[in-house]
Amino acid sequence: MRESGDPRNMPQFIDRRLNPRDKSLGNRMRFLRRTREQLKRAVDKAVRERNISDAAKGGSVSIPSDGIREPQFHLSNTGGDYERVLPGNKEFVSGDRIEKPRSGRGGGGREASDSGAGEDAFSFALTEDEFLDILFDDLELPELVKASLKDATLSEYRRAGYSNDGTTPNLNVLRTMRYSMSRRLALRRPSTDEVRRLEEELNELRAKDTPDLGERKRIPKLFGDIERLKRLQRAIPFIDPIDVRYNRFARVAIPRAKAVMFCLMDVSASMGEREKDLAKRFFILLHLFLKRKYDRVDIVFIRHTHEASEVEEQEFFYGKESGGTIVSSALKEMIEIREKRYPAADWNIYCAQASDGDNSGNDTGGCVELLTQTILPITQYFAYIEIADRGEGGNWGGLMSGKELWRGYAKVAETAANFAMKRVAGPGDIYPVFRELFAKQKRKGAAR
Amino acid sequence: MTGAMLDARESEARTSKLLFEGADWSFPLLQTVYEAVQKIALEDLGLNVFPNQIEVISAEQMLDAYSSVGMPLMYSHWSYGKRFVRDELLYRKGYQALAYEIVINSNPCISYYMEENTMAMQTLVLAHAAFGHNHFFKNNYLFQQWTDPNGILDYLEFAKRYVCECEERHGVAAVESVLDAAHALMNQGVFRYRRATKLKLGEYERRRRERLANQAESYSDLWRTVPISALAREPTLSEQEVIERKQRLRLPEENLLYFLEKNSPTLQDWQRELLRIVRNVAQYFYPQRQTKLMNEGCATFVHYHIVNRLYDDGLISEGALLEILHSHSNVVYQTGYDNPHHSGMNPYALGFAMMQDIQRICLRPTDEDREWFPDLAGHDDWRGALREIWANYRDESFVRQFLSPHLIRTLKLFVLSDKSAEPAYRIDAIHDEIGYRKVRNALAQSYDVSGAEPDIQVVDVDLLGDRQLILKHNVRNGVRLAEASRDQTLRHVRKLWGYEVRLEEG
Repeated sequence: MRESGDPRNMPQFIDRRLNPRDKSLGNRMRFLRRTREQLKRAVDKAVRERNISDAAKGGSVSIPSDGIREPQFHLSNTGGDYERVLPGNKEFVSGDRIEKPRSGRGGGGREASDSGAGEDAFSFALTEDEFLDILFDDLELPELVKASLKDATLSEYRRAGYSNDGTTPNLNVLRTMRYSMSRRLALRRPSTDEVRRLEEELNELRAKDTPDLGERKRIPKLFGDIERLKRLQRAIPFIDPIDVRYNRFARVAIPRAKAVMFCLMDVSASMGEREKDLAKRFFILLHLFLKRKYDRVDIVFIRHTHEASEVEEQEFFYGKESGGTIVSSALKEMIEIREKRYPAADWNIYCAQASDGDNSGNDTGGCVELLTQTILPITQYFAYIEIADRGEGGNWGGLMSGKELWRGYAKVAETAANFAMKRVAGPGDIYPVFRELFAKQKRKGAAR
Repeated sequence: MTGAMLDARESEARTSKLLFEGADWSFPLLQTVYEAVQKIALEDLGLNVFPNQIEVISAEQMLDAYSSVGMPLMYSHWSYGKRFVRDELLYRKGYQALAYEIVINSNPCISYYMEENTMAMQTLVLAHAAFGHNHFFKNNYLFQQWTDPNGILDYLEFAKRYVCECEERHGVAAVESVLDAAHALMNQGVFRYRRATKLKLGEYERRRRERLANQAESYSDLWRTVPISALAREPTLSEQEVIERKQRLRLPEENLLYFLEKNSPTLQDWQRELLRIVRNVAQYFYPQRQTKLMNEGCATFVHYHIVNRLYDDGLISEGALLEILHSHSNVVYQTGYDNPHHSGMNPYALGFAMMQDIQRICLRPTDEDREWFPDLAGHDDWRGALREIWANYRDESFVRQFLSPHLIRTLKLFVLSDKSAEPAYRIDAIHDEIGYRKVRNALAQSYDVSGAEPDIQVVDVDLLGDRQLILKHNVRNGVRLAEASRDQTLRHVRKLWGYEVRLEEG
């Protein structure tokens, strides 16, 4: 501490701008954790209400301030007697009376207290990451999928500590020198400096014309010392083979980090704007979700009428096409593309199908067969979304109440664990249905 | 301000002496300006300051500083995160500008300056914070009595570490729940009146003997013949017990946090320590809340005087002075009561106006001033007079002493009385002969921090019985507690006390 009696001390100037940022990050995280429940609800609501392509962008959400209130005792602002001093009098004289506004204390009243009624909703901005974190918080890939994630079919070399042998390029100089130094210290190997110092002294003494007795005696001693130190240096090498360390690399199995997502959609005349929009919302949610779980996610869009084709995203959602409805054509197309481009060993395969449930009468059997025989065995997860009529609301009876395709798929759902199907009627249903499909600890069949 | 036109020769001479030109600042430049400002502050105004530590920070760091109540380090708590999130949102959306500086009452006196300030603004804030506030912190009696500027940073360091250790040992949730409850009582966690310092044991014995001797001396047999009134009768046995019990616990006690820390039957040691930390922080800030008006008034007066001197001495350009005065007049703008932006008295405006007024009374007193301020009027050293005022008053007593009729007229102050029983507001006093004292007293009263806060005290608890804690809110002027927050806060008190808690209002 500097002497405080003398104010003439030079000030200290400090440039804090270079300090690490985000000093408040810890407290911000605490705050988020505390509001997690409410945030979750607010985020879910935002996703339901917003346009799905913006929904994931983060942004501002409001939460009720229940759990984050900081109550304190403070005086009520109704009732009681107050005296206030105000500036800027223009017309009043002592004794003037002013009618009170009907609704309590109004504008002339006391200011609202800092943490009282003014804080009913708390609004704050989330980053995209925080938003998605919260959105997918309690969702995970179904058990089955995780199991196949663990199948280690790929591996790579990763750093794994140090070893005593290896190839020269892997030499770890820092480690090696550290061991070398500790060994030299432990064995008291004389340093080059030490030897040089003695040698310089010796040279000085020898250069003298008339050395005195002490100096004359010192010369042979120095000779001996130098000889001894040099011998020690030779005996204790600077770097010994036991010092040498190499970086070690080990083969580590890594899970497959790539996923392909097939989006299948019926675009026949019966699918209108509304149906396509609902389907799109579901596809986008699935895509966001998979993107968080895998390093790389490919999307393949396959649309079909009575025949199927792979198309670009724009075409997929907005292109016009007419024709009948043969669902199996899309499944066949998908199988073909998968075989050509996405070997099952390297890719996790997800499939989402959206349809209004119509199918030409005799095709459904073929679909079921394609599904059970070819597709489901290699797919991580197959989700089928049936777009119900607007009027149906949330009231969908049992499994057998749907349309043609629904009834056919219902049989598949009973036996296959990686197959799920849901019906949605409005944008508000999409997210809950999605949650249901991926909710944590989901047990196939338990719900039924 | 000397705003006179300058002839060419003079202006040339000025240019050569200028400390800086242009808007950009740099550290060497700050140093130069600091020295010039310091020269005026110490030699002209005679200020006495802590050594300065001047830190330049970015907008984001300013937000950080806001969220930790301006302190450079603070223990972790979600409420600081909440503040940060809110301030950040307000700032991003442009609802709220950031302060030019923040200054901390510590030794050395730390002040933060925004990197975005121009050199002229840095000059202003240097004078304002590093000398104005700094002098006030060092010399005002409240700060001298109540705060320890040498130790505060070390203490906060300890607090931060301690809270962190508690979190590791007992879990974040457990620590948060204690801190939440303690924060709820922060305003009831200060001593408003200084306690007598603890007597040493020997001292205690001497005092007791003195007291007995005094009783013996002043004993008068005559008193025995005065009939004992109903009020003064001997307390019954159970009343005697209650009195003794209260004495033992030193009740009533205004510092709720202190009482809970010492007497709660359920808290563990680490929890008590957390209460003590919150209490100490609250106590540290208490003088600042009582001297907001004076502190800002002092700092504003100092910066105004210094930048004008700098200009008069030819050290800053006219442009720089105008820029400084522009933001100065923004800061000291007082809205009228009927302005939609009106939010009460502006402490910068009133504080600055009062300081200037005192200077005026010293230099150019009127007859009225001689009558009202016989000691100040014509005082030959206005600097000394102001320094003494800065040292010895707080907002309430300052207004009560020094608000002059002249200033009441300038600001056109009036008193509005609002009684809940009456259907209309009444103008009690305006800026006229009969109103001055009334206005002054009412304004002084509004600056009394303990008057603006509910007076809640621990009045009784039977530790051997049901352990119910009884709090009492002494209602003033019929103003009761806001109900919703009262009940929520009481839940926090219950959590700390561990047993039933009752609040009486009356």
